[in-house]
Amino acid sequence: MATPNPEDPKAEPIQPAEKPESIPIPRNSKVERFSRFNRVLHVLMILSFISLALTGMTLKFSYTGWAGFLARFFGGYESAGYIHRVAAVVMFGIFFAHMYDLTKRKREEFGTWKALLFGPHTMLFTKRDLQEFIASVKWFLHKGPRPQYGRWTYWEKFDYFAVFWGVFVIGSTGLMLWFSEFFTLFIPGWFINVATIIHSDEALLAVGFIFTVHFFNTHLRPEKFPMDMVIFTGYQSVEELKEDKPREYEELVKSGRLQQLVVEQHPPVVIKTMKAFGWTALAVGFSIVLLIIYAMVFAYR
Amino acid sequence: MTTSDEHGRPQQPFALSIRAARYFLAFVFASLPHLVQAQENSDCLTCHQDKSLTAARGSKTVSLFVDETKFTASMHGSLTCVTCHADLSGKEMPHETPLQKVECGTCHDAEQQLHAESLHGKAIARNDPLAPRCQSCHGSHEIKPVKDAASAVAPLKVPFLCGRCHQEGTRVQRERDIPQHQILENYSESIHGEGLLRRGLVVAPNCATCHTPHRILPHTDSRSSIARKNIAATCSKCHALIESVHLKVIRGELWEKKEHVLPACVDCHQPHKIRKVFYTQGMADKDCLRCHERSDLVSSKDGRSMVVNASELAHSKHLKTSCSQCHSGVNISRRRPCETLVQKVDCSTCHAEVGQQYQKSTHGQLVMNNDPNGPTCKECHGTHAVKGKVDPNSPTFPTRIPNLCARCHREGQKAAMRYTGTQHDIIEHYTESIHGKGLLKSGLTVTATCTDCHTAHGVLPRTNPASSVNPKNVPATCGRCHHGIQEQFMQSIHATMAGKSEKDLPVCNDCHTAHTIRRADVEGFKLDIMTKCGRCHQKIAETYFDTYHGKVSQLGYTKTAKCYDCHGAHDILPVSDARSHLSHDNVVSTCQKCHPGASRRFAGYLTHATHHDPEKYPWLFWTFWGMTGLLLTTFVFGGIHTLLWLPRALEIRRQKKKANKADGHTEP
Repeated sequence: MATPNPEDPKAEPIQPAEKPESIPIPRNSKVERFSRFNRVLHVLMILSFISLALTGMTLKFSYTGWAGFLARFFGGYESAGYIHRVAAVVMFGIFFAHMYDLTKRKREEFGTWKALLFGPHTMLFTKRDLQEFIASVKWFLHKGPRPQYGRWTYWEKFDYFAVFWGVFVIGSTGLMLWFSEFFTLFIPGWFINVATIIHSDEALLAVGFIFTVHFFNTHLRPEKFPMDMVIFTGYQSVEELKEDKPREYEELVKSGRLQQLVVEQHPPVVIKTMKAFGWTALAVGFSIVLLIIYAMVFAYR
Repeated sequence: MTTSDEHGRPQQPFALSIRAARYFLAFVFASLPHLVQAQENSDCLTCHQDKSLTAARGSKTVSLFVDETKFTASMHGSLTCVTCHADLSGKEMPHETPLQKVECGTCHDAEQQLHAESLHGKAIARNDPLAPRCQSCHGSHEIKPVKDAASAVAPLKVPFLCGRCHQEGTRVQRERDIPQHQILENYSESIHGEGLLRRGLVVAPNCATCHTPHRILPHTDSRSSIARKNIAATCSKCHALIESVHLKVIRGELWEKKEHVLPACVDCHQPHKIRKVFYTQGMADKDCLRCHERSDLVSSKDGRSMVVNASELAHSKHLKTSCSQCHSGVNISRRRPCETLVQKVDCSTCHAEVGQQYQKSTHGQLVMNNDPNGPTCKECHGTHAVKGKVDPNSPTFPTRIPNLCARCHREGQKAAMRYTGTQHDIIEHYTESIHGKGLLKSGLTVTATCTDCHTAHGVLPRTNPASSVNPKNVPATCGRCHHGIQEQFMQSIHATMAGKSEKDLPVCNDCHTAHTIRRADVEGFKLDIMTKCGRCHQKIAETYFDTYHGKVSQLGYTKTAKCYDCHGAHDILPVSDARSHLSHDNVVSTCQKCHPGASRRFAGYLTHATHHDPEKYPWLFWTFWGMTGLLLTTFVFGGIHTLLWLPRALEIRRQKKKANKADGHTEP
């Protein structure tokens, strides 16, 4: 999960005395992009999302052989359902933790919701995102230069709100299915059937999108290959920042805050662990996509 | 008995002489017409030889024609008409009508006397219109001697003569109190009837032999020939030495069934049903064993051992049955009485009912068609050592039956090889089935074995409507043990619609299988039931798998609602039936079995819904296609974006690599 603006819009104005160029920052020194809290949330998100995807797809594609295998792997259907619900609770927990984080940072860093939501590093879509999207397409087609992306690109914002949407749609229908006896006190029984379709198809969308488009956009782009580790380490090199987010880099250099963001690197064993975790998550994610494709193409009914 | 017998029996000399005297007198009267004022027969025949001469008798018209030739050839041919029609004696011709009834007793007074005492005579006395008179049996103008085969009362004709009234469907049998049934049929199949009617032995007893011709009395009448105290005498008229035969065969035992009541012949040999006499006079087991105990005794034909183990016999069910009872047909007068044996042992001589079942069965049919594979009695029951099925050592004891049948019905054996149906490895499957485990592992002798379902002697293929495993009969067959289930099932739609629907409705084995039958609470059964129901209810089973219950059941979850959890198992009824588990009044409590908080709205969940049917489930259909549209749009958009990006990203990668090389940079 991405985070809203970690920058402080009320930062002191650029001091002419401290010319950014005068501060020597080595090309490969690391600057922070994600706070520890957000990185932990993303790891939890990976764990709960994959658990939900595996157990949920097992049920959705119960007519396939692999579904039976997975159900047994999870210790039977009952236990798979239990894992699904626990992971759902974790997902809700992440959602609320993020909400709590936002209010906390609004209080401590921004002061007002307006500053948080409509500042230069907002997560909301702006006119500039539309311009950058158009410019990007032009760039793809060799019809223009690569846009000078800022702190958050439009595809990162899309992913961010996709989670909001997903938690709302899948979460609400999931609760209806979980507590169907309670919900049918207000809603008709057949709506449980409708909720089932919404829940499972929206989940299919989320799983399909995250494990393909999101993987490519943020972790697996050829220039980042084999893996962009920033979401686990929390930092990236100055050079990478300059390439990926030139506008943000410029701003940081101008404001002279780049130096403040320089962080220590993690010890190699930590990096290795993170890589292993990342690879595992990627592998599982891709496998799920393959299984879904298999189920939909070869065993669909 | 004092009656003179007209039917081929030796007559008592005294009775004969009386009769001869009567005939003589009648002859004298007839040949001396000038001595008496009587009319010539020709006077009568003047009118009565006219075939068209008729008279009204009540509502009927009867012919008054008398055939002169037949009359002259008859027993009474030498008599004048007025000898019998005595009221016409000395009357002017043509005479007035009606005439009085002919009194045969004028000459045959002894017979008349006996007849008057009999049931028939008493019936005449009370004007019973069904009562037989002399001429009912003997005829009128054409009476022939009893020894004449053309006589109406010739031995061969007697059963049919009596049978005119004494057979099923006649007024006598229907309207009068006749304690015996199927008299003529049973008689004709009895040894007596067979002797008389099939072999033409006129000495074989007919009706009149036992019942007497004229003095027919009920067995409750102590004067009757068939009264309990007289029956032995009646039978002994022919079976003169029967008592000594019985003594020999039954080894001098008392024949009492009830205390101090000696049995009469008919207690064992039912009247009209007397079957073969299997007792050979003077033949005792020890006579047989004289040879058959010798261990070196072999058949001269094929060299097989002919030794009989006497102790085997002594421990068998037949310990009180003598050799010659089964090996019937020995001739005691031969040095080797058994050399006259031609027939194989026929168990149905005693076990008649079982024998009849067997003959209709597949086993019996095979044997009847001389198929060498057909099992006879001894194949299952053994020979001299035959034991009852309650004896644990008997091959027909329940725990041994599967192995007994397996000798032919195991895969590769002779019966299995000629079998073309769908049931295979039946012995192995049965052994693993709940019935097999109950019998062989738990040792429950009440568990269903082969014979409980297929019957022991009436084994027939399921396609035969008379078979116990024919679909029509399966509920009753299973219901012999599972009666409570059968009662439920017979109320269900599957049973009540049987015969009314053109489809084959399921019976027990369609869901439970025949030989692989399992407990209904094991996982395999629970998960199989959807495919079982789905064989007929295909659509509804498919849509079941589209919804939650179906999906989790496919993952091996047995606690979820399966067909019978909602619809009921044996008591399944259409939803429209108020007694159905899914009727409006019952559906909520049915859901509550698993979902305790279920409400009426909860029960509105569509358990067989599909999103492929816009007519029936428009909400689901449009939700599904709405979601699919959203998915496709997102994936197409994301996909195109990514694919467009990819070449650019690769370009950047190449540039970076170049730059790194130029810098001597190794870090990616």
